[in-house]
Amino acid sequence: MTATTTTQQDRTLLSRLFGARETGLVLIILVLFLIMTFASPHFLTWTNMRAMTMAFSVEAIVVVGMTILLISGGIDLSVGSVTALAMVVAGLLFLAGVNPWIAALIAIAVCAGIGAIMGFFVTVVGLHHFIVTLAAMVIARGLCLLGTGGRPLGLFELPASFKWIGIGSIGVIPVAIVIFVIVVAVFDFLLRRTTAFRLVYYTGSNEKAAAYSGIRTKRVIFLTTMLCSTLCGVAGVIYMARFGSAQPTFGVGMELNVIAAAVIGGASLSGGKGTIFGAILGAILLSLVSSSLALLNVSVYWQDIIRGSILLAAVTFDHYLVKRQAAGGRA
Amino acid sequence: MRGGASPDPDHGIAMIQPPLLQLTDISKSFGAIRALRSAQFELRAGEIHALAGENGAGKSTLMNIIDGILRPDSGEIRIDGQAVQIDSPAAAQRLGIGFVHQEIALCGDVSVAENIFMPQTAQSRRKLMGGAELIARAAEVLAPLAEIDPRLPADHLSISQQQLVEIAKALTLDCRILILDEPTAALTEHEAQKLFAIMRGLAAKGIGIIYISHRMAEIFGTCDRVTVMRDGQHIRTDRTADITPADVVNAMVGRKLDTLYPPKMTGDRGPEILRVEGLTDRRFRDVSFALHRGEILGFGGLIGAGRSEIARGITRLEGDARGRIWLEAQEVAFRDYADCISRGIVYLSEDRKGDGVFLDLSIAANISALDLSKVAGRFGVIDPARETAQAWRIGKSLRLKAASMAQRVASLSGGNQQKVALAKLLAVEPKVIFLDEPTRGVDVGAKAEIHAILRGLADSGVGIVVISSELPELIGLCDRVLVVSEGCITGALSGPDLTETNIMTLAAPGALASAGTGT
Repeated sequence: MTATTTTQQDRTLLSRLFGARETGLVLIILVLFLIMTFASPHFLTWTNMRAMTMAFSVEAIVVVGMTILLISGGIDLSVGSVTALAMVVAGLLFLAGVNPWIAALIAIAVCAGIGAIMGFFVTVVGLHHFIVTLAAMVIARGLCLLGTGGRPLGLFELPASFKWIGIGSIGVIPVAIVIFVIVVAVFDFLLRRTTAFRLVYYTGSNEKAAAYSGIRTKRVIFLTTMLCSTLCGVAGVIYMARFGSAQPTFGVGMELNVIAAAVIGGASLSGGKGTIFGAILGAILLSLVSSSLALLNVSVYWQDIIRGSILLAAVTFDHYLVKRQAAGGRA
Repeated sequence: MRGGASPDPDHGIAMIQPPLLQLTDISKSFGAIRALRSAQFELRAGEIHALAGENGAGKSTLMNIIDGILRPDSGEIRIDGQAVQIDSPAAAQRLGIGFVHQEIALCGDVSVAENIFMPQTAQSRRKLMGGAELIARAAEVLAPLAEIDPRLPADHLSISQQQLVEIAKALTLDCRILILDEPTAALTEHEAQKLFAIMRGLAAKGIGIIYISHRMAEIFGTCDRVTVMRDGQHIRTDRTADITPADVVNAMVGRKLDTLYPPKMTGDRGPEILRVEGLTDRRFRDVSFALHRGEILGFGGLIGAGRSEIARGITRLEGDARGRIWLEAQEVAFRDYADCISRGIVYLSEDRKGDGVFLDLSIAANISALDLSKVAGRFGVIDPARETAQAWRIGKSLRLKAASMAQRVASLSGGNQQKVALAKLLAVEPKVIFLDEPTRGVDVGAKAEIHAILRGLADSGVGIVVISSELPELIGLCDRVLVVSEGCITGALSGPDLTETNIMTLAAPGALASAGTGT
């Protein structure tokens, strides 16, 4: 009896902190972490931890944008191409003699513009997100290849002050991770607590009910589409600073990884659900699995199979949870 | 023709043969709602039999049982005197039953011809027809109904043409029993006359037709007999030659109010709060009325008469209505619904689950949806404590039953979901509330509570418009009722004139002349 009560109390305490989905993910990540610590001597080392965090910290910025868009009921397949386009635009401008910081801002603005165009086609013309962003994905990739002739742009002259955002450190903490933590914390707060972002949940949960509550739903969808592309621009600029080059073929397949992370973290393709914190945990889990498999010398081909299986398991789990809740609600 | 029921040229004369279709003591409940209570119905071969009744009288439930869409809880169905089980629409089709539903269900991208012969294709009773033969056969079936090119995709047709295609679809089934559910609702007068001619031709061949309609002129002009249903029960069946439209209307509505309604407005009504003049849109025209502070004004009429469209037109939720609107004696022009809300006019949709509440979100988040600024501090940061407190405060005033305001709305009962939908509106402290079918699908107890809440709101100075298809609700709850028919306000009823007969007379334009009830 006492044991049960304690467990329940613990559960409510944890749930109060994170919510059921986040709690489950944290536990899975911790278990995996412990297993890996024993399984590989190279796992729990400063180098490995740093490499692992660096690997997903920039992509996590895109995950933030995608999660907000998914909550509003949209989806964006163009994130990988748009991220690459940000690198290419900033890179070309820099090579043309523009100050790298200004070049970065222009590149981010270009991405915001692409988001606005996609948002226009979705909300004003009335096309589906999937189709519009699929087209944008192909077009943005084409622009990257066109602008660079298909070859990476070497940006050897990039000043160290700019490269700092990609490879620098504040104390022992890499700047990229600091940026990632700030972006995640800010957007998690905005989404949980501000009126503007609450409208995103209303719109995604039931667009018609939102319209019948006086919410200008088209504006919400337009802005979330634009925000997602803008954050891709931010990520692209940081990647450029890290690599010291602009790669027109960068980010192929990124959209699948990013959507998978958000969905594992509790977002739903039908909208209205999800949190930034959950999505980041999803991204951490995927990244942890990848690097663990690499450390254990598992073939890279297996990694895709395992990541796909995790996605399927998470969504199946969700499906049953929703069904059980619905049955409970009816009773 | 299968079966071989002999054509009866002089229908109406009692036959020695058993009736074509006989339903005895059919009962059907949906949860606590008893849709049918020992309902009876009889259809003879070769007759056109009208089925009349208010919305919710049980007509559709009964027809869905005949068509195998629903299974009765108890009772017996006989065809040609033989007891039958109808488990599915496919089984009904095998028994020779054809059903033209009120809702059009054509496959939009597919050609008219393929739509018409879809049932045969699905049953694969027949060898599949080639393109040319299919089109020729479809043209043959359509010819007496309308000039429609069978090669066109179905969604290229107008609503009335689509309705005619639905009828053509049923005609190809060689059915012996044909059910038509308000088929003329979407048809022009000319098209309707063609349909009646076809119906008479089918009846002459011995087919029994069940014809559901609200329109007295059609019932008395085309049908041989009429059965009236009310509250899920059979009320009367007569030859149309033996009775008058007024008898039918009285049988449809003649009942006493059986629930307690809150007392009506006492004393003088308050000042005018909302005035609408000459409002016109596609679905309604020249709508003018005034709503007073503290008044509950009803919008009565048949489903599809344009009542919801008027409310959504005023609040700018849909359409592009032209006309003039005054709020508290000041002329206003709302930009959109958000603008309308900010001026204190709100609308509650009839489709609670579809667009009234956010089922996935918490009660608290639902209640604050119309105006988040009420629960937010500086820079638009939501204060969860204030949000929860607001939800408890409004929830308590509506006697909302919930363990926590963080509970998802999906987990609540229908009545409590409706209270959340209402609480959403009350959170903005509105001056005028439009409620579309506010008690549809909630149980009797919650219904009475919602009525009391609405009266309480009116007493506190809010102007309320209730759209309802339930006559007792309109009469019991409202101080005044405007009746809408085919997009026009056909009358205003209050005091002793506010009776079910008067509402129904004004609601069905066909009955206006023939029933001859004074207003």
